[in-house]
Amino acid sequence: MLRFINHTSSITNLQFPRHLLHTISSPPLPVSNYATSSSINLSNAFSRCFESVYGGRRLHTATSARNDVDQLSTETPLQQELDFPGGRVKFTAKPVFTSSSSEERTPCYRVLNDNGQPIVDGDSVKISKELAVKMYTNMVTLQVMDTIFYEAQRQGRISFYLTTIGEEAINIASAAALNDNDFVFPQYREPGVLLWRGFALQDFADQLFGNKNDNGKGRQMPIHYGSRKHNYVTVSSTVGTQIPQAVGAAYSLKMEKHDACTVTYFGDGGSSTGDFHAAMNFAAVMEVPVIFFCRNNGWAISTPINDQLRSDGIVVRGKAYGIPSIRVDGNDALAIYSAVHKARKMAIEEQTPVLIEALTYRAGHHSTSDDSTKYRPVDEIERWRGDQNPLNRFRKWIETKGWWSDEAESEHRSRIRKQLSQAIQAAERVEKPPISDIFSDVYDVPSKNLTEQETFLRRTIHKHAQDYPSNVPM
Amino acid sequence: MASIFQGVGTATTLSSSTSFDTNKFHLSSRRSLSERKVSFVVVRSDAGKMNVGLNKIGGRADQLVTNAVATKPDTSAASTASKSGHELLLFEALREGLEEEMERDSRVCIMGEDVGHYGGSYKVSKGLAPKYGDLRVLDTPIAENAFTGMGIGAAMMGLRPIIEGMNMGFLLLAFNQISNNCGMLHYTSGGQFKIPVVIRGPGGVGRQLGAEHSQRLESYFQSIPGIQMVACSTPYNAKGLMKAAIRSDNPVILFEHVLLYNLKETIPDEEYVLNLEEAEMVRPGEHITILTYSRMRYHVMQAAKTLVNKGYDPEVIDIRSLKPFDLHTIGNSVKKTHRVLIVEECMRTGGIGASLTAAINENFHDFLDAPIVCLSSQDVPTPYAGTLEEWTVVQPPQIVAVVEQLCR
Repeated sequence: MLRFINHTSSITNLQFPRHLLHTISSPPLPVSNYATSSSINLSNAFSRCFESVYGGRRLHTATSARNDVDQLSTETPLQQELDFPGGRVKFTAKPVFTSSSSEERTPCYRVLNDNGQPIVDGDSVKISKELAVKMYTNMVTLQVMDTIFYEAQRQGRISFYLTTIGEEAINIASAAALNDNDFVFPQYREPGVLLWRGFALQDFADQLFGNKNDNGKGRQMPIHYGSRKHNYVTVSSTVGTQIPQAVGAAYSLKMEKHDACTVTYFGDGGSSTGDFHAAMNFAAVMEVPVIFFCRNNGWAISTPINDQLRSDGIVVRGKAYGIPSIRVDGNDALAIYSAVHKARKMAIEEQTPVLIEALTYRAGHHSTSDDSTKYRPVDEIERWRGDQNPLNRFRKWIETKGWWSDEAESEHRSRIRKQLSQAIQAAERVEKPPISDIFSDVYDVPSKNLTEQETFLRRTIHKHAQDYPSNVPM
Repeated sequence: MASIFQGVGTATTLSSSTSFDTNKFHLSSRRSLSERKVSFVVVRSDAGKMNVGLNKIGGRADQLVTNAVATKPDTSAASTASKSGHELLLFEALREGLEEEMERDSRVCIMGEDVGHYGGSYKVSKGLAPKYGDLRVLDTPIAENAFTGMGIGAAMMGLRPIIEGMNMGFLLLAFNQISNNCGMLHYTSGGQFKIPVVIRGPGGVGRQLGAEHSQRLESYFQSIPGIQMVACSTPYNAKGLMKAAIRSDNPVILFEHVLLYNLKETIPDEEYVLNLEEAEMVRPGEHITILTYSRMRYHVMQAAKTLVNKGYDPEVIDIRSLKPFDLHTIGNSVKKTHRVLIVEECMRTGGIGASLTAAINENFHDFLDAPIVCLSSQDVPTPYAGTLEEWTVVQPPQIVAVVEQLCR
């Protein structure tokens, strides 16, 4: 790959410039510093109200505030800048191409080191014992739930499953930093968010078995959870379509001036979709409170990250669209908690989108239809399941604080395992949804042709009862 | 049609007229949302002026069209039934419907390209951004899939967005969101999330707009479960359908036609909302049922003039509701006339006419005395050359010929 390295580059900088618009790159940069950044006109932040005529949008003119710009020595000072649509730009006499990447990658924010010890001089939101223990126990529940449901699929009891192994910290810690009224638009690897908000193990099981207690009335395949009550939109199999929807929902929050934001999750693969780019761009233009949370877990089914993109991950894309961004250690629950906490505050108070890229590893297979040992080394998988496991690090931290113990661990795990097997058995026994649920909810009220089709189906089933499953209620 | 349908700004007067013989016609008594107080205008068949002859391209066609639609209103009949109404063009009627609904419900918002201060490329949202703010009338970047997705997300949160495709053809980019999410999410979420969006825009074959801007999206979208489709054709039904679509909790796709925006009609001052699932009886008759929608309605009505002169009595129904079909009205008509002709602008393969033919055959086969004939555009991309373009669209002489054949 051809790299342009320009030592007199007027545009690229080796050190990540803090005064540049909209980028949080290094850990100790509290939100208040960001507010003093010269290029942002905060007084306009709230002027985009319902009644305003011209919106008063912030003009994100990326003025070149650098000091090392080549001076056009042969020209008079008046001709060093021109006011093009979009803002003032300084000229340069050298045809310099920006490099395809910075010399250094965007640094990654973390709070705990590999051994679960807080990094010295770190900056993070302090959490209480109750919150920490709740976070950890939820992470354990998620892990156990994944293991047991995965096994249930292998035993043929459910048709499909998709685990979140390796991304428990992302799921739980981000959910913990949000409020319950923040609307979530998930991809499919975020059941932990629902778990945090109170979705019961039985509810998960009911959806997987598609029985009549399922919120979705048995209409979607397993792991496509959705709960209006928990402000979690039903998972749709299409990749990335939830991203612009989250922007639209944030737009609605902005219109109605709610003290809430929307959050959307997607993977590294999802960040390649057209929807992602258009949504990011649009969110920036509209200045809406949405958190784009990218779970960069290194794999999109069998496509490794280097075949997915050639930029420095996803975090640098935020800058391209004018969105403040941060890269975070996705296996560090405390880092995620702090980042999401700050992002939420920023999104709502300043009415801006925020991009968070969490670096992690998809320690499990893509789904039960996948065997990832076919395309990646087993020892790599084992390493991430073992030492780099997010639960291990967090557990070490809460144990050193004296908030957790081996006994608590084994007691919690066995309790959850028992609850899960009970939930599975119960879900298996519950009736499936009735035939009428095939035809309801297509519209608010069934249309005439649907009613006819239902009548026809019922007649057929009645006539050929032996050809249809007997356990589906009419 | 060249002389009639100009671009925005030309004040060409057309009165789209509906003729009713109130003695014979019974409004189907289903869930009718409106009390119609319309000023009825009787169509006069100007026998002398019509010059129906061979299918000739160019001047002859122009002349035919000019006479067909721009009839002088019969003042004596009109004044008895009319209350005071106001005259406006179709795009203004759409705007009126939009504005009334935005006034009535603060959750209604508009999003699309150039809908804000530019007022929309066909001026449907003109004046709304200054009145309601540029957040509520939102200009979007050129990313149809994204802003359709946005509308869906906003709808799930309780807003009622109207998503405008600058041209219906552009909504092909939004097919993923429309099919997989807009139509499906209410169902797959178990009824938890509803998507009360209206997706609207101009489509159909225009005046030399080129193949990519002459798409008939109704044929692509008709299979999507969970959406409703309606097509407006007069200022009266445009406003009524717009309001009904906005008030509906289902996602509704409202098809407008590029060439119909300047139609003029007097519509009531009182508020009215039409039924999304109802077809419109344009001209009751006895001999044959002609089913059509959108721009083809006018070609059919022009052909109807010729047919009446020749002694035929066609029943013309503007089906309006493309999904689901109003099989009640259509069925009653078929049972009466026993002959069906469908005139559409869609392409022959997989168009609305194809589905309608199947539906009528299935449901009313016993009442048919002749096979259903469907006149549609050919399965070709719309050519740019004006003469060629004209011949990909069904013309009145073809309609007359088929009716004569069917009614033999």
